[in-house]
Amino acid sequence: MVDLSINFAGIKAPNPFWLASAPPTNSGYQIMKAFEAGWGGAVWKTLGIPVVNVSSRYGSVNYRDTRMMGFNNIELITDRPLADNLREIEEVKKYFPNHAVIASLMVETRKEWIQIIKDVENAGVDGIELNFGCPHGMCERGMGSAVGQEPEVLKTIVEWAKDAAKVPVITKLTPNISHITDPGLAAYQGGTDAISLINTIKSIVGIDLDTYAPYPIVDGKGTNGGYCGPAVKPIAMNMLKDLAQHPEISKIPLSGIGGIETWRDVVEFILLGATSIQVCTAVMHYGFGIVREMDAGLRAFMDTKGYHTIYDFAGLALPNVTEWKHLDLKYKVIAAINPDKCIGCDLCYIACDDGAHQAIARSIDLKNRIPSIIEENCVGCNLCSLVCPVENCITMLRKDDGTAHVTWAERTNADDIPTSFNDNRAGGIGHFVPKPTDALKR
Amino acid sequence: MAEYNRPTSEAEFQNNFKQKKPLMNPTEAFYESARCLFCYDAPCIKACPTHIDIPLFIKQIQTKNTEGAAQTIFNANWLGNTCGLVCPTGVLCEGACVFNHQNIMPIQIGRLQNFATHKVIDSGKEIFKVGKPNNKKMAIIGAGPAGIACACELRSLGYQVCIFEAKNKASGLAVHGIAPYKISNEEVLNEISYLQNQLGFEIRYNTPINSKEQLQDLEKNYDAIFLGLGLGKTGALEIEGENKKGVIGAVEFIEELRSKHHHLKVPNKVVVLGGGNTAMDAASEAAKMGAKKIVLAYRNSKEKMKAYKFEYDFAISAGVDSLFNLVPIGIVGKGKVEGVKFAKTELIEGKLQTKNNDVFVVQCDLVIKATGQAKQGAFYQLIDHLKCDNQSRLLINKETFQTSNPKYFAGGDAVNGGAEVVNAAYDGKMAALGMHQWLTK
Repeated sequence: MVDLSINFAGIKAPNPFWLASAPPTNSGYQIMKAFEAGWGGAVWKTLGIPVVNVSSRYGSVNYRDTRMMGFNNIELITDRPLADNLREIEEVKKYFPNHAVIASLMVETRKEWIQIIKDVENAGVDGIELNFGCPHGMCERGMGSAVGQEPEVLKTIVEWAKDAAKVPVITKLTPNISHITDPGLAAYQGGTDAISLINTIKSIVGIDLDTYAPYPIVDGKGTNGGYCGPAVKPIAMNMLKDLAQHPEISKIPLSGIGGIETWRDVVEFILLGATSIQVCTAVMHYGFGIVREMDAGLRAFMDTKGYHTIYDFAGLALPNVTEWKHLDLKYKVIAAINPDKCIGCDLCYIACDDGAHQAIARSIDLKNRIPSIIEENCVGCNLCSLVCPVENCITMLRKDDGTAHVTWAERTNADDIPTSFNDNRAGGIGHFVPKPTDALKR
Repeated sequence: MAEYNRPTSEAEFQNNFKQKKPLMNPTEAFYESARCLFCYDAPCIKACPTHIDIPLFIKQIQTKNTEGAAQTIFNANWLGNTCGLVCPTGVLCEGACVFNHQNIMPIQIGRLQNFATHKVIDSGKEIFKVGKPNNKKMAIIGAGPAGIACACELRSLGYQVCIFEAKNKASGLAVHGIAPYKISNEEVLNEISYLQNQLGFEIRYNTPINSKEQLQDLEKNYDAIFLGLGLGKTGALEIEGENKKGVIGAVEFIEELRSKHHHLKVPNKVVVLGGGNTAMDAASEAAKMGAKKIVLAYRNSKEKMKAYKFEYDFAISAGVDSLFNLVPIGIVGKGKVEGVKFAKTELIEGKLQTKNNDVFVVQCDLVIKATGQAKQGAFYQLIDHLKCDNQSRLLINKETFQTSNPKYFAGGDAVNGGAEVVNAAYDGKMAALGMHQWLTK
């Protein structure tokens, strides 16, 4: 029997599906609606000294006919008075005592931190999240990502918060840094109970080709926004991995954020060590109802794999994420095209010929356009299988027998690596490359 | 049994003759263009007789460069808008779309093409350039698709062009011979006006060329002449009673329909003779005009019909009945048509034989002959050294489109005996290049 309930650093929730601090958690109305729809927790839109917002606020990256593949915003923290938010927090907790309500906070002085933590605790929150991530607007005022980018400052504020708070403290990190482990470790050392990541990435999502202003446009001008949505998921997962593999930071729970929309995304984040996940853009696109797909998919996955709770598989991908130097140089796959499925678009051919390793030949049979793999040229890069528009038409087949195994690290230790510019231990020696003049039309 | 109500107003006519390929709205074009795979060396390009760079124009639609898309289309085909609607795309570009191999709906190339060209035509935006004047003059006989395409190409090469057209409208069969549910008269004529406004070729309407003197004048005054006169009226069946009132050629029927719309009276019972695409069109049209009983009669078997299967299916879905293996041997009736007398046919040792002892009459009030248009053989005899094949089709050099009389070039139905608008558009363009090559070598 699958049990989705979690205990995240002491914050209990009926499931790991949380709403990230963002426009969908701006009000008690929205959060009640979300809990009704099946969400297990919500991080309230960041509270602090209320701001004044601009119009417009959101921009989007559309890929072909896919809307909002990437999304950015220049909205700031809450623009509603604190008293209104506190009253609504209390009301939500009254109706949903078993759901997680976490207050995202962002203020400047120690005094303000102490005061606001006391206020939200009095309203009944289950935890607080320190917003050290917002990369637009707030950072210009010394808050948000301005804090997340300075590990020492971050650590100090975490210490203030931990001093003041009775409920668990989550520290939310910005990805706009070189090494996520720097602020991660600072938060850990400051005593945070958990970390959530990622906040949005500094971005310009587009330029209007008539006015030359960046989106979203505010009276002919724009500013960098915070990028999120499906496009940022790979970046988020890599940073999550960095923290989850860190010997110290990994001792505290991690809440995964960044482009999560489907049950597959949820499972991937959990496999990389997250034990709660937070969603914003997908809700802004489709509404709270998308949680039912995540819920059904996660349950089915756990059922099939025989997992009882998410802790049974949390972090299971981590041992498989290693450094390049530990990859097996003897492992060899090559592409295989299924002629019964091939529709003859020849995208694999041109991708390989122009973009990779000239290992696909076009059909010589005039009756079809089914290309073939030139096995001796194929380096097993995957590109053809990635561009192929047909399900399961191009597969990568293993060709080595698995007996030999050598890594770059091992070769380095054995002094068996190229060291001069024309070293005959270069990997490309013996690889087929056509003559440059073969490219010319004749 | 056809179930269309007889149209009594233009609105009812338009309802019965709903466009098979309605204009896409921008959202539909956006989503449809997003599906294109941008195949390498795309099969759709090869399947298009004019080799339009289809993946390119679809990508241009997707990136909202609609004008660029139209340019790509017109670069290959001067009648890109008309062809988008009237081409049998299911057997050409869309038939070649690789999606067909996985039973996925092919990209609606024809409608996307029309989306781009219609938009730029509608805007009136000038996208063509006339070539630098070279003081040479070209004559074109016939303002059909071949003649118009030839004129456009010649103008872009800098020639002065005059088209001599027998009728009072340009575009030939594109207006007169194509079913109204494929394209409207305005759609065809707007494209030609759009081309003419920018490229400035002259069209002399109501100016049939039918005498030796006229031709000699043309030869004297023009550097080269393009013959784009298509085919003639529907040919005679040479059967008894053929001249009775109520017997009409398919091309003439369609021409009348296209000019009169709901004012044309089509009686209840109609027999359509023939098995080509024109026969299918005429039968479908009779049904949509409110005829109740339409019989399509073809002398050979269903498999031997020249019509595309989709055209036959369309006629059947409009309520047309079909009879095979019978040949008309007479039209019966007192003064006007009352029926067609048929004899059964049979394929014996590969030859179609008429069984004169197996005869019957199909009652009707109208007979539409879709048995082919007459060739222009008599006209060709007015031109010296002009060679035709044994079916009176003009013989040309397949690369230069030059006839056996070097001053004359030809293309379209006059050469191929009757094909698609797109074939004529290609011929006209290629002939222009042949003429240019001949005059500049």
